[in-house]
Amino acid sequence: MATVPVAEHARPPFWRDERVLAVIAQIAFLVVVVLVFTYLYNNVQEGLRARGLAGGYDFLRERAGFDIGESLIDYTSNDTYGRAFVAGLLNTLKVSVVGILFATVLGILSGIARLSPNWLLRTIVGAYIEIIRNTPLLVQLFFWYTAVMLKFPRVRQAIQLPGSVYLSNRGVAIPWLVPQEGFSVWVGFVVLGLIVALVAYRYRARYEERTGQSGYPIITALVTWLAFVVIGWFVAPGTPAVLSRPALKGLNFTGGTRMTPEFAALFLGLVVYTGAFIAEIVRGGILAISKGQREAAKALGLSDVQMMRYIILPQALRIIIPPLTSQYLNLTKNSSLAVFIGYPDLFFVAGTILNQTGRSLEVISLVMLAYLTFSLTTSLFMNWYNRRVRLVER
Amino acid sequence: MKKFTLLLLVVSVVFLVACARGATPTTAPTAETGAVTEQPAPTPVPTKQEQPEAGSLLEVVRQRGKLICGANANLPGFGYLDQEGNYAGFDIDFCRALAAAIFDDPNAVEFRPLTAKERFPAVQTGEVDVLIRNTTWTLTRDTSVGLDFGVVTFYDGQGIMVRKEDNITKLEDLQGAAICVTTGTTTELNLADQMRARGIDYTPVVFETADGTFGAYEEGRCDAVTTDKSGLVARKSLLKDPDAHIILEETLSKEPLGPAVLQGDPIWHDVVMWTVFATIQAEEFGITSQNIDDFMDSEDPGIRRFLGLEGELGKNLGLTNDFAYRIIKHMGNYGEIYERNLGPDTPFNLPRGLNDLWTRGGLLYSPPFR
Repeated sequence: MATVPVAEHARPPFWRDERVLAVIAQIAFLVVVVLVFTYLYNNVQEGLRARGLAGGYDFLRERAGFDIGESLIDYTSNDTYGRAFVAGLLNTLKVSVVGILFATVLGILSGIARLSPNWLLRTIVGAYIEIIRNTPLLVQLFFWYTAVMLKFPRVRQAIQLPGSVYLSNRGVAIPWLVPQEGFSVWVGFVVLGLIVALVAYRYRARYEERTGQSGYPIITALVTWLAFVVIGWFVAPGTPAVLSRPALKGLNFTGGTRMTPEFAALFLGLVVYTGAFIAEIVRGGILAISKGQREAAKALGLSDVQMMRYIILPQALRIIIPPLTSQYLNLTKNSSLAVFIGYPDLFFVAGTILNQTGRSLEVISLVMLAYLTFSLTTSLFMNWYNRRVRLVER
Repeated sequence: MKKFTLLLLVVSVVFLVACARGATPTTAPTAETGAVTEQPAPTPVPTKQEQPEAGSLLEVVRQRGKLICGANANLPGFGYLDQEGNYAGFDIDFCRALAAAIFDDPNAVEFRPLTAKERFPAVQTGEVDVLIRNTTWTLTRDTSVGLDFGVVTFYDGQGIMVRKEDNITKLEDLQGAAICVTTGTTTELNLADQMRARGIDYTPVVFETADGTFGAYEEGRCDAVTTDKSGLVARKSLLKDPDAHIILEETLSKEPLGPAVLQGDPIWHDVVMWTVFATIQAEEFGITSQNIDDFMDSEDPGIRRFLGLEGELGKNLGLTNDFAYRIIKHMGNYGEIYERNLGPDTPFNLPRGLNDLWTRGGLLYSPPFR
């Protein structure tokens, strides 16, 4: 084997050289992709020209002329299409962010409950998960909207709950703070308090880990934050905010703040639906932890809650996170079904813009980009988090 | 993979921001001259006029053997499915009249039910040949949306329906109200304009379909619901208790409804326009589907030209000379179409009002057939 006659041999012709072939294949593939896209692009341009439709995104600066039912930013029909688009985008973000938070909580609780030794709990949660997972989301949204939200009494017969909370088919009206002069100062204190509270929590938690003594991290953090909130209230000039209570005036409630039935239906629909999927992911994650870990926890005398919190969940998290990410992405994308129950989300507003301007291609491209941006951001964040909780082998 | 995701994210964010400013360098030049490019745009039109027939939708429709008509399936009186599951209504009859003019067969039509939002892309992409779906003629739709209007089949105005028990008599009473409206309509825009002009605060509750809009109104989600007055009358008849609702006197806007075709096809556009004019002219002549054969030996040159007994009027349109005869024989004149769908014998009983002949104080006026 010492001799190397092969090397002396003439090299194989390039069409039989695997390395060359691989490069050629890649180039050919690239050429095909470029050709296909060029063709599609030209086709679009030609089609638009033939129909006398001008391209471009300048229409976003024109006056929109339509109103949007609810918006996080100030928006009137005198604003531009661009601002309308942003208003829709923020509405999508609102329902997605709040939805993801609540779906996670619901999902984790149901996932654990499905493994509960309590027969009744286990069965009820099992039924919830199976029913919800196996019916279409759109049907569920219609159910929440028409069969739940719109069936509340008319606004004049609104159900009054203690604390000036009103339930009607115009939504839920609750008392809310109206900012006054010193509001920004107070908000500054609230945010500062939150940061200090977080630091305090970590400090106490470290102490707990180091010494094994209870450091009451949660209570410490809560007290710290509340102290900041109260001090800020008195330090701020004037009264930072007054409480406004909803009252029936004329045709609708004025004062306070309202959650519209459209938002409520979409929010409930998405949370309940995604929660069921997350529950199954959590259950899978927990079951994947070997029995030995449980037995070890029991042997150490940990309670069920402690075992779950300190032994099982931290390990299960590593298995749970990647599929959980796709559920978060699904929730964001599914929020576009809002269009069927009248919640003005991104897709809904974009549809209106499309209709008023006739710029199908431009508007659809913007919508796709916006959802792509949401999804990629969520993905990147979850990947980062996944790396953080990954098992570090020493 | 991670790098790829990050790259994709950066690219899409950059693009979004660029678009939000409305000034992507590549698109800005064409878009800024948008108003001007409208002018050179007609260039393809003259080339088409040089060689008529070729390239016109009329030829495509004839080859296909049937007309594809964009229609409403949810508006009683105008476009809906009757008890046998057939399309019926005022707009539907004009689709059939067009089919009668081309094929001598009012049933050579395929109807495509469209929502308010779907209708324009359906014309733009050529999915439908003609859109006759209670569509308001506006300048934007006639230009940048890329459609061609030209004739009005129904003069309408936007109205508002409220519950009697609310004691609302005028727009100003709607201060703070929630108002249900369908998206993709001129009514959505008129509502915003009118309420703004009068300084009335309101919350729009917007739905994709008319069914959604009126369903939510009926459940009490909204204090009022708005659409064209004819639509309100038609919809009111479908409510559980029609007498509990009233339509306000006030008219918010002008809503001339008519057929629309894709811009840039004058031959096809002419065929659609003159089909409608034929129904109006027939009513003016007093020609109905019942008595039309009695007119075949008329001495009146105007009537003889109209019925294709003399001259080449139909040929000039790219149709047969007896196209008007076919329309009236199968579908009747404008008055007959109106009475059949909206007249006293129907649940709607809409007075003719503006939709009467100019000779009787209405706005219907056909250019001469000569």
